[in-house]
Amino acid sequence: MSRQISLQQAVNEALAQEMERDKTVIVMGEDVAGGSGTQGEMDAWGGPLGITKGLWSKFGDRVMDTPISESAFVGAAVGAAVSGLRPVVELMFVDFMGVCFDQILNQAAKFRYMFGGKAVTPLVVRTMYGAGLRAAAQHSQCLYPMFTHVPGLKCVVPSTPYDAKGLLIQAIRDNDPVIFFEHKLLYSIRGEVPEEPYTIPFGEANFVREGSDATIVALGRMVHLASDAAQALAQEGIDCEVIDLRTTSPLDEDSVLESVEKTGRLVVVDEASPRCNIATDIAALAGQKAFASLKAPMAMVTAPHTPVPFSDVLEDQYIPDAKRVAAAVRDTMRYKA
Amino acid sequence: MQLSRADLLKAYRTMKMIREFEERLHIEFAAGEVPGFVHLYAGEEAVATGVCMHLDDRDKITSTHRGHGHCLAKGCDVDGMMAEIFGKTNGLCAGKGGSMHIADLSKGMLGANGIVGGGPPLACGAALAAKKLGTGGVAVSFVGDGGANQGTTLESLNLAAIWSLPCIFVIENNGYAESTSCKYAGACHDFADRASGFNMPGVTVDGHDFFAVHEVTGEAVRRARMGNGPTLIECKVNRYYGHFEGDAQTYRARDEVKTIRETRDCIANFEKKATSSGMLAASELQETSREVLAQIDDAVAKAKAAARPGAADLLTHVYVSY
Repeated sequence: MSRQISLQQAVNEALAQEMERDKTVIVMGEDVAGGSGTQGEMDAWGGPLGITKGLWSKFGDRVMDTPISESAFVGAAVGAAVSGLRPVVELMFVDFMGVCFDQILNQAAKFRYMFGGKAVTPLVVRTMYGAGLRAAAQHSQCLYPMFTHVPGLKCVVPSTPYDAKGLLIQAIRDNDPVIFFEHKLLYSIRGEVPEEPYTIPFGEANFVREGSDATIVALGRMVHLASDAAQALAQEGIDCEVIDLRTTSPLDEDSVLESVEKTGRLVVVDEASPRCNIATDIAALAGQKAFASLKAPMAMVTAPHTPVPFSDVLEDQYIPDAKRVAAAVRDTMRYKA
Repeated sequence: MQLSRADLLKAYRTMKMIREFEERLHIEFAAGEVPGFVHLYAGEEAVATGVCMHLDDRDKITSTHRGHGHCLAKGCDVDGMMAEIFGKTNGLCAGKGGSMHIADLSKGMLGANGIVGGGPPLACGAALAAKKLGTGGVAVSFVGDGGANQGTTLESLNLAAIWSLPCIFVIENNGYAESTSCKYAGACHDFADRASGFNMPGVTVDGHDFFAVHEVTGEAVRRARMGNGPTLIECKVNRYYGHFEGDAQTYRARDEVKTIRETRDCIANFEKKATSSGMLAASELQETSREVLAQIDDAVAKAKAAARPGAADLLTHVYVSY
């Protein structure tokens, strides 16, 4: 049987293989090694969840702990990227974009256009996102829609260990700034991952499941809920197609449209809060370009327009689940014009 | 560092080029020839010139919204800059950046910056890259007194210090962040005083004095190249025009600029010093001035005649690949 590893291991392996291959790749962020300047062990943490553990031992000072100064170190990664390095900088939680967004929004994202095509900014920002750890409002958001909105950035939201490795290697080799979103609850999921390095191109969605009755478009952790829902619906004779977007920028419009034209029904699942998110974006796309194929109103399954709550009762209610996805599909199937 | 005759002549040409570039833009802007926001560097020439005389193409600088002087001092092409400011397709940034975002990465000029305090983190990164790649290069971040109060600047001073980066922070204190006094907005006496909190040398220097700026920066660049870490330099200086072109400057004293121009002008001071010491002849300076003016005339004429971007240019240069 081929090798199964966790998404966490897949990310670590991608970083290690790229650092091995290319000496200009550096990793920096808060506690990415851990233990800097202490009397205890070095590489003590490898990030708060241990994702980068071991890299310092292999690559020494190419793995740099930073002070808690996101503006300075994310900006330094941007400056290093236009000066010959390929930095992979970790923004511990995407919620912390609030303290450094200028360096991403107005610096990294703008250089190429603003400088007339002369700048190359090979930067990767790895960041944790998503609810489910009872981490509440400031450590649980899905802010990829805000980054997707910004021309000049690429946004990657992997759902499996295989995709995480291939997309991260692509991100590191890519010459544009890439924001790489890792869902906290996906780190432990396991899947088949080849040992050798490989890349997955951006802008190519993955058909997780083929079907003819309804299209479910999802991303990140929501892909798994969509698959669970599709499996349950299959028992009822409803045949769903599940599309994993993989990247929100660039966006694989063709795959979404092709599927909607085939099934005539669209449900989009997005953990982000509902206004101006990926679900609205996909629905707008289908509304404009596949309207004639639609047999029912499009449905969106998202979190509510609230901050992420702390209480487990509330948080479980906040996060979309497979039952809600299945119910949304059933509604579209029942629709009579 | 001893300045040769050639160095002095180069310094004079650079300062004069910046001055005439800005004086001409002042006129062109008033005539409605220049689109967008323009922030002039006139009055501060000794700073950009004194600092950048120590730099070569390995070295990087980050600039500010008031960036023309830094560009010229770092060696950006005069015609390319003028065309960019006029929004033309042959501009340094293909007409997509404009005055506030001129850059020439091939010259180590990482961009003027429309965000106050946007540059210091980038300079830390450029310095980090120089260190990791062993280029021997340094990075200089020009920041105004407004930018000096941004968190990015303070965070960057700390980062540069803990990583001992070959980075020099040059605070150009022209007394006003837009229309607000630096004395009102800053809790320190001198911005250079803040250096001690970051365990690095901090020096205050008269920004009207090319020789003083040159000397202080020389020491900072030497320190950085030797691997001894960053320096903070505050240059006390004055701008001859408003925050932006069109600023009525009612917040300034009636004859403030007139007095400074008459008594402390960096170029007049330089001329006096260079000629009285016998290093340069008055005739050389006049000849240089003539050449500079002719070059500016030529650049403006070419910029006005140059093609504007075409409709198809709107969608290019967003990504390397997409």
